[in-house]
This record gives sequence, C-alpha cells and structure tokens, in this order.
Amino acid sequence: MSDISRRTLLSGSALLLASTAMPTLGWAQTPKKGGRLVLAADSEPRNLNPAIVASNGVFFISSKIVETLAEASFDGKDGLEPRLALSWEGAADGLSVTFKLRDGVKWHDGKPFTSADVAFSALQIWKPLQNLGRTVFKDLSAVDTPDDLTAVFKFAKPTPFQLIRNALPALSSVVPKHIYEVGKIEENPANNAPIGTGPFKFGEYKAGQYYKLTRNADYWGKDEPYLDEIIYQVLPDRTSAAAALEAEEIQLAAFSAVPLADLDRISKVPGLKVISKGYEGLTYQLVVEINHRRKELADVKVRQAIAHAIDKDFVVKTVFLGYAATATGPVPKNDPQFYTADVPTYAFDVAKGNALLDEAGYAKADDGKRFALKLLPAPYFNETKQFGDYLRQALAAIGIDAEIVNNDSPAHIKAVYTDHAFDLAVGPPVFRGDPAISTTILVQSGVPDGVPFSNQGGYKNAALDALIAKASETLDTTARTDLYKQFQKEVAADLPLINVAEWSFISVARETVGNIANNPRWAVSNWADTYLAG
Amino acid sequence: MTRALPLIRRRLVGSIFVLLIVVIGTFLLLEAAPGDAVDAYIVSTGGDAGMIELLRHQWGLDQSELTRLANYLWALLHLDLGQSVTFSRPIRDVILERLPTTLLLMVSATALSFGLGSALGIYAGARPGSFRDRFLSVGSLALYAVPGFWLGLVLIVIFAVDLRWLPIGGIESLASDKTGLARAADIAVHLVLPVSALGFIYLALYLRMMRAGMAEAWRQDFVLAARARGLSRRRIVLAHVARNALLPLVTMLGLQSAQMLGGSVVIESVFAVPGLGRLAQEAVASRDTPLLLGIILTSAVLVIAINLAVDIAYAFLDPRVGASEAGA
Repeated sequence: MSDISRRTLLSGSALLLASTAMPTLGWAQTPKKGGRLVLAADSEPRNLNPAIVASNGVFFISSKIVETLAEASFDGKDGLEPRLALSWEGAADGLSVTFKLRDGVKWHDGKPFTSADVAFSALQIWKPLQNLGRTVFKDLSAVDTPDDLTAVFKFAKPTPFQLIRNALPALSSVVPKHIYEVGKIEENPANNAPIGTGPFKFGEYKAGQYYKLTRNADYWGKDEPYLDEIIYQVLPDRTSAAAALEAEEIQLAAFSAVPLADLDRISKVPGLKVISKGYEGLTYQLVVEINHRRKELADVKVRQAIAHAIDKDFVVKTVFLGYAATATGPVPKNDPQFYTADVPTYAFDVAKGNALLDEAGYAKADDGKRFALKLLPAPYFNETKQFGDYLRQALAAIGIDAEIVNNDSPAHIKAVYTDHAFDLAVGPPVFRGDPAISTTILVQSGVPDGVPFSNQGGYKNAALDALIAKASETLDTTARTDLYKQFQKEVAADLPLINVAEWSFISVARETVGNIANNPRWAVSNWADTYLAG
Repeated sequence: MTRALPLIRRRLVGSIFVLLIVVIGTFLLLEAAPGDAVDAYIVSTGGDAGMIELLRHQWGLDQSELTRLANYLWALLHLDLGQSVTFSRPIRDVILERLPTTLLLMVSATALSFGLGSALGIYAGARPGSFRDRFLSVGSLALYAVPGFWLGLVLIVIFAVDLRWLPIGGIESLASDKTGLARAADIAVHLVLPVSALGFIYLALYLRMMRAGMAEAWRQDFVLAARARGLSRRRIVLAHVARNALLPLVTMLGLQSAQMLGGSVVIESVFAVPGLGRLAQEAVASRDTPLLLGIILTSAVLVIAINLAVDIAYAFLDPRVGASEAGA
C-alpha cells in the first residue's frame, strides 16, 4: 500500500469513474478572464468570520474573501504555499515563530495590511475565540511587530513549530484590526459581511437564496482573480444540486453536494466532470466510538472482536461506492507527514471475532446472542448512517445484538458527548493535518463532559496519555513525528476506538470550470486562479 | 357588516388563549427535544469546554427553562419576538423577510387547488357517474396519494432538467437587477413548479368535495323546482346545484390553510424557496427555540385570521349562518 502515492490514494479507487473526465483535467489552457461562477451551497453559516469559526462550512464561502498566512499545497515545502506570509521560521527553543509578510497587500476597504492585523487576529481572535485556535494557540503570549511586515509569535511554553506550520491553512485567517478593534468582536457586523484581503469581496447575502462575491480589482496576485463573480446558490435539498447541474443552472457542486449514488449517472452527462481530488487536506475518518464504561467493552478482547467483525473493504465498496480508503489507525493513509502502516491490524475474520468473545467469557446464549448494545450512528452524513446499518449486521455475526438509535444532529451530540447514553457510536472526526489539532483528543483522558468529537467514552490509558503529552511538547520534527507513529501503534493495539475508513468529498463541475482541485484544500481555498472557459 | 362584529370580537378574545397555548406547548415540546442550539451549532465547528460554556452564556441557554419561558412571554407582551440564535438578528426581521414568499406560495397554491378543484368538481358533478366523472375522481385521488416531495422532484426532472422550460428552484433569478414587471414575471416563472406541486396535492380534496356536494344537491327539492320551471341544465348546474355545493368548500378553505403551511415546509425545501416553511425546518434542526416560536406564532395568527375571514365570508354566502351566530 505504501508504494502508492498517498496523495492519489483516495482518488485511486475512484479512478475508473473519473476517467471519463480525464481529458479535461489535464487541460493546458490559458485561463480566461471574466464570468460568473454559480455553485451550490447546502448551508448558511450564522457567522462568516473564518478567524472565529474555523470550519469547512465557513471556509467554503469566506476563504475567497479572508486569507490565511499560508495555504496547503501539493508541491510546496512542508505542504504549504505562501499567502499573506511569505516565509515562516520557528526558533529552536520553540518559544517563537517569525512570519515575514507580503508587501503591498490592501484590505477591501483600501487600508494597508500590516503585521498589526496579524497580531490582533492571533491574540484577540484565534487564541481566545476560535474553535480550533483555542487549543493550538493556547500558549501564545504575545505577537511582536518590529516592523509592518514582520510578526513574531511568542509562546509562554515551548510549542512545536511543526504544529504551528500544520495549523496555518485552517487556523490563520487574518481579519482587519481597524474593523474589529471597536466593540465586541462576536457582534461585529463584519462577521456577516467579511472584509479581507482575498481575491473576492463580499457582495451580497440574501437569506435562503444566495451569497454573491465580486472580483477584488486590487488583489495582490498578478492578473488574479479571473472570475468576475462567484454566486453560491443555497440548495438545501440534496437531490436538487444534481438537477441544477444537469439543467446548467449551476456549474459546480462541491463537498459531495451530489450524493455518491448519483455520481455514476451524472458522470455520463455530457459536459459534466466528476472530480475526487482537491480534498486531501480535509480527510474525514469513519470511526466506531466506544463507551468503555460498559464492562463488556472495557475488555480489549471484545473491542478486537468487533474490529475483526468489520469488513472494511466491503464498507469502502458498498457504503462509499469506492470513494474512500480503508483505515489502519487514527492517522489517515493520505497524510504525508505522520502516517505509518506499521500498526497491529485486524483482518476481517468472523470466526476469530467469535473466538475472542468466547475467550473473554461472553458465551453465546441459546438464541445465538452474547449481549445487547445500543448503537448511535451520527446523522451528519448518509455514509455514517449507512455504516451504522452495516455495523449492526456485522455485530450480529459475532453474536452481539445492537439496537440502532437514530437521532438528529443536536440530539446525537448531546446523547454521545454530554449524556454518554451510548455503547457504540459511529462518528466522523476530521484529521486536520496534525494529530495534535483534533485527533489525540479522541482518545486522551480528562476531557470535560460535553466537548464534541473528543474522548467521551470514559477511556483512560496512562501510557497513551503520557505519550500524547510528550508529543505535544517535543520540538524536534523527526522526534515528534516518531512519537505520533508510536501513538498510532498504541491506539491500533488497544482500540480505544476503531478506525474503519477514510474519505473525503467529491466535486461535480461543468467541463468549462478550470483549475479545479489544484491544492489539497481546494474547495476551501481562495479560488484566485479558478476560471470559466468558453 | 354589523352582524359580523360580535363574531369578530368573540373570536379575537378566544384567539389570545389559543396563541398562549400554542406558545407554551411549542416551548415545552422543543425543550423536550434532546440537545440545544449550542449542541446543534458545534456539530459543524467542534470546540472545547470553555467555548461551549461561553456560547451557552451568550445565547442565554444557561438560564432555567422557566426563566426563559417567562422572559419570552414578557417580551411577547411587548410585541417583541426576541433575537434569533442562529441568525443573530431580530426574529421579527427574519420572519418578515420570509413571510411574503410563503404567503405568495400559499395563496397561489390555494387559488390553484380551490379554483381548478371546484371547477373540475362542477364539471364532474354535472354528470354524476359519467366517464369524465370517474376519470377525474380517480386521477385526483392518485395525485392526493402522491407525496409532495416526490411530485416536486418529478416536476423538476421533467420541466426543469429535461425540457428546461422552467427554473429548478428559488423564488427569482439569482443576483439579477430585474425590477418592476420584469421582476414580477421572473417570480411568476419561478413559482410555477412549486405552486403546482403544492396545489395539485390539495386539488383532489376540493374536487371530491364539490362533486359530493353536487350529488347531494341534485336530490334537493329546489333543483326539482328549478327543473319544473324549465330552466336550462347549464343554469341549474351553475346557479343552483354548484352554488349550494360551494359552501362546505369555503369551510375547507380555512381548515386547509393550516395544512398548506405544513406542506410548504417540504415544497420550499425541494424547490429551494426561501419561505417560512423552510425557515421552520432550519429552526428545528438548529434548536433555535425563539425563532421557531416566532414562526409558529405567525402561522397561528395567519390560520386564525384566515378562518375568521372564512366565517365572515360564510355569513355573507349563507344568511342563515350569520343570523344564528349573531344571535348566539
């Protein structure tokens, strides 16, 4: 598996389907200027400020308006390419990081962008308010601005530069100080009509209808952006995005707005292409969350039995129709820095699963059942719900009688993460380029009740906790990476949760849309080079 | 008009109690649903314990249920619907923005189902038991049995995707600068499919009621008398049979308005129409209790007003009703 390029791994299984669109993917054509790109949006975020809310739903719209210090890249050094910062350098003691900023950048209201804006965003927003920044920047104590184009981040405790670097694409949206320094940041009107430095300006929002972004004529990128306008048409019904593409009312549906089941049909529509690239940096993990308070599940043999009962290949083929990869552990295979395949694995083996459960002392009763469980599949994706149905059958094969409890999103969050009213749950945590951002928290102990996408299963493993703590303060990149490889091994061995598959999203676009999927976070990048041909 | 006044007065007093029950009932129902607005919000963001606590405090969710209900009712007394948690805007503004769209959709769909339904009902009922009568009865029943979202999707596939005669959704062209008549025409074109999907479902109801009413009326003495007077069949059907069969339909119109509001939730989602129905669905999904209360309150006022209007219309259509109501 490791000899396959990790980047193409996710798209590899979808190659057959995507091949119809191949000729246009490699289109070497000079981008054309002008035009209006209309695309589907399935939600309307209440706050469009990506510095406060670092989530894909917000980035999808705001990343075109508000830029980060650096963006993810397929070929850049450390997987990054410059945006508002031209270079970044971490001190050996882990106590500071120096950013050199881009010159000649202007805010959409004409004021110049300076290091003061970066300092303000980092200290007043990322650290105290941002959903992810509160963790990553918790030790940030000051940002020095020796001149307008230099920002020096100072940390109270040694902070691994690798972590800061990996956090840049998602966590470092810079907003203008002069707009936000007056009044409460959370109530600033610019949260709903963002002002940034990006290639597009916020135009107009009609609730329930559309968002309109317009070209920023003063953008720092030479000749960019190409598009005159981007319109996000709000289409809440999942079937309507496919219809709108076919009717040529929209030219792009990103984030799998077209359901997987429709892709086969829609890939045959002339003029449309199905693209499974451009989401490598937004990998979702299909995970079985386990409540270790249940005495049966506290036994590692039972957890291993469950792992053996799951046919991961079948899940990838049937639930994800091939648009996914099987998982081995808590870091996805397509991660270029941390992934290791050298972990204990659990082949699909029902007999072994049954044997392990017998060994654990849970013999089958006369009706063939050993014990009953409550299974809560997360409702956020079709695939998590479908996997829940599969898991119920898979568990039946080893004599575990799972009862599925369906909830809507808020009810699921409360049941699993606050009330712990589950035995098994199916969750889709996100891998965000570094295990310290949102992955170690899935297994680490001591997380308060009510924190979503964290260890709420009551799992406690002192050795693993120590390993996580050590990795979080290890400054050397190689040593730190090795610790996270160790982490993957221990998680795969003790199974605090079971990683089943990894997947990301699919875009469907008209063939005229150019420069799609040219970075690992394309749908949430700035689209300065996106164009409409013909 | 004077004979309708006591009716209006009595209804208004009753309405206040109805609205109070609606508000408290909805509030308790929503509180019983597991998860609150913060739980709904963090689905897409995640966040640590401190952030979650901060949000609960900012959105007033750290107060007890009773306090929140009391605060809501107190504000309501001052005609203040409060602030939406998900939109961070006054609920009155959010609702007023969506109300016209839903009203337009409802009125158009009602006009379609009532107008076409009763016309076809007269057509069918004029010759009971004929082929056209049976054909229309079966056809309309089939439509009634079809789920709204399915009918909507079929209409989209045929008229928007395959034929491309009509837009697939929305209420008007996106970010266009149309004004005046051009804009009205644009909205009308966008309304064709959603109005058809919503209207056709309820068409059967009016058709069958009209037809049944006419079958009943045919047997009445006044029809016999009209025949004896030598009136033309056409005149008997329209002036005597149909007119008498129309009364129950007017009652139905009032009752149906509540159903239409419910149906618009589905239709507005399928056709991406930015109306109250879709807003209600979003409010439930995001546990935006004050917003949902505002929507339900608005809908309740709407339904009460329509039914009142129906009763008043009744008093004019059938003098006997007005007299007995006024005397009661």
